Amino acid sequence: MPAEIYLNVAVGGILTGLVYGLMALGLSVIFGVVRVVNFAHGEMMTIAMYLAILAFSALKLDPLVMMVPIAAVLFALGYAMQAALINPFINRPEHSQFILLVAVAIIMVNVLLIIFGPDARNVMTSYSFDSFQVGPLIVDATKVYAGAAAIAVAAVLFAFFRFTYVGQAIRACADNYTGALVVGLNVKQLYALTFGIGAACVGAAGAMIVLIVDVTPALGPAYTLLAFIIVITGGLGSMPGALLGGILIGLTEAMAGLLFSPSAKSMFAFGLLVIVLLFRPQGIMGKRVA
Amino acid sequence: MIAALFEGVLRHGLALLVVLFAALLAAPYIVNSYLLAILIIILYYAYVGQAWNIMMGFAGQLSLGHALYVGLGAYTAAALFVKFGLSPWIGMLAAIPVAMTAGAIIGFLAFRFRVGGVYFAILTIAFAEFARVGFDHFTWVGGSSGFFLPVANYTTSDLWTLRGRPVMFYYLILTMVVIAFVLCRILLRSRIGTFWLAIREDEEAARAIGIDTFRYKMYAVVLSAGMTSLAGVFFAFYYNNLFPEQVFNIARSIELILAPIIGGIGTLFGPILGAFLLTGLSETMHAILQGLGVDVPGAKQVFYGLCLLFVVMALPDGVWPWVARKLGLGGRKP
Repeated sequence: MPAEIYLNVAVGGILTGLVYGLMALGLSVIFGVVRVVNFAHGEMMTIAMYLAILAFSALKLDPLVMMVPIAAVLFALGYAMQAALINPFINRPEHSQFILLVAVAIIMVNVLLIIFGPDARNVMTSYSFDSFQVGPLIVDATKVYAGAAAIAVAAVLFAFFRFTYVGQAIRACADNYTGALVVGLNVKQLYALTFGIGAACVGAAGAMIVLIVDVTPALGPAYTLLAFIIVITGGLGSMPGALLGGILIGLTEAMAGLLFSPSAKSMFAFGLLVIVLLFRPQGIMGKRVA
Repeated sequence: MIAALFEGVLRHGLALLVVLFAALLAAPYIVNSYLLAILIIILYYAYVGQAWNIMMGFAGQLSLGHALYVGLGAYTAAALFVKFGLSPWIGMLAAIPVAMTAGAIIGFLAFRFRVGGVYFAILTIAFAEFARVGFDHFTWVGGSSGFFLPVANYTTSDLWTLRGRPVMFYYLILTMVVIAFVLCRILLRSRIGTFWLAIREDEEAARAIGIDTFRYKMYAVVLSAGMTSLAGVFFAFYYNNLFPEQVFNIARSIELILAPIIGGIGTLFGPILGAFLLTGLSETMHAILQGLGVDVPGAKQVFYGLCLLFVVMALPDGVWPWVARKLGLGGRKP
């Protein structure tokens, strides 16, 4: 095989990885602040994907345009989930939270199944088969747009947490729960806001990934696992870590698909996860939590 | 020995236990073949739930990858039977060490490298998924196109090769549930059980008073893995077909831990009660939907999810502690 193929596949993998990273960023933000592992993460991703498909097939709206409204819808969903379901579970043991979110995930997958049926659906845009050529490199246009949009959303999020009052308040909750209560922050509401923001990341990522991947209801659990792998590789709770982990996993999967067989690619992702867990359990960019 | 087993059990609790056991023994003579099949599924979940409960309920280590041990047990015994004609009873002797080794590797890596909590749970998922994809490419046992045991329409039952009618499987799984139950009771009342509970409640404190936490956590994982692999052997010979995509799927791992969580983590009756409730619920729903003429794939699961949501919100400790109080068996720690 000529060397360009490797390079092409690697670039494609990195761009897809950026979208994965944005999805995982949502999980990481939620865990970093609320300390709840969202076991319904991939299922929320598929909800966003179906919203994008619906908007496209009914109104011919481009998924990249729909990214913002879909993120808003998912924000509302996430906010409501945290406020109504998860807040009462904040001080419950992990396995209790786990069952709660698994129940939510089961409901989500099967409601999608009832509405849309089990068949795979996709989006065919005018630029679906376009590609950019940079020297010997040929890159799918859809992946470039999706990757660029993922970086843009992540940048907005970084700015939000760094520079706005609300973003700083949320970080305060994450750093010191009791301290945040003492200075009079409404922690429950900030948690709901955080879960909403995490869900919005998923919404944006879901709208983008329909350009690259076909969607079925069964994709939910697979994406939940993928998000876990990414955030743990990058560092659970670390925002740059999630993006880096996404890129790393996207690259690993793409290369494994090329060198071995596409069906074995997730094995390499899990292999990477096991190695990271054993030698750097806090993740590549994570801080060790007790 | 026998008397010690029943020590501290209230008299009417004992009576209820005897009635339950008698009902289960007589069940095949009363119920039709459809209900018998459901009872087998219930007892299967009660057994794996009990095995999982040793790790989570007693020692406090959350495993979300128990499908790994089911799958390893199933594939080991099935391969020995199909490829070499060895009886599943010999297969069990191979399946247990295989699963125990897998459990020991995961436990060793996790506990030596201090991987705990959420991270440990995800590590167990990772190993199960790793096995799933691995077995998908393991062509000696059929790979992704599945591995099949020879089937025929049996009129007699051969216990040695486990080829036969559902009644045989029913009594087999009932025996397994009873043995697992008794074993768990013995363990809980022994020194090792006390150490596990200490680790579950506060690992730092347990270490401080001199408990070798690494060793006892390893015991819990290895024992749980070995017991779970027997469920796998049962699964292989009862269903006669194995697909990595199904056997090792994360959905299986989640299914098999729902019963003990719903029933009550760390209790002896929790897994059994939970299995009855969950499977009963799901089958009732199935019957109702069929009666209404509703044939929507997924409708059953949505309702299942809603019930799960309700139980976990209303009864955080599971259903058994609540039932035990109602039956006047409260106060007694099982």
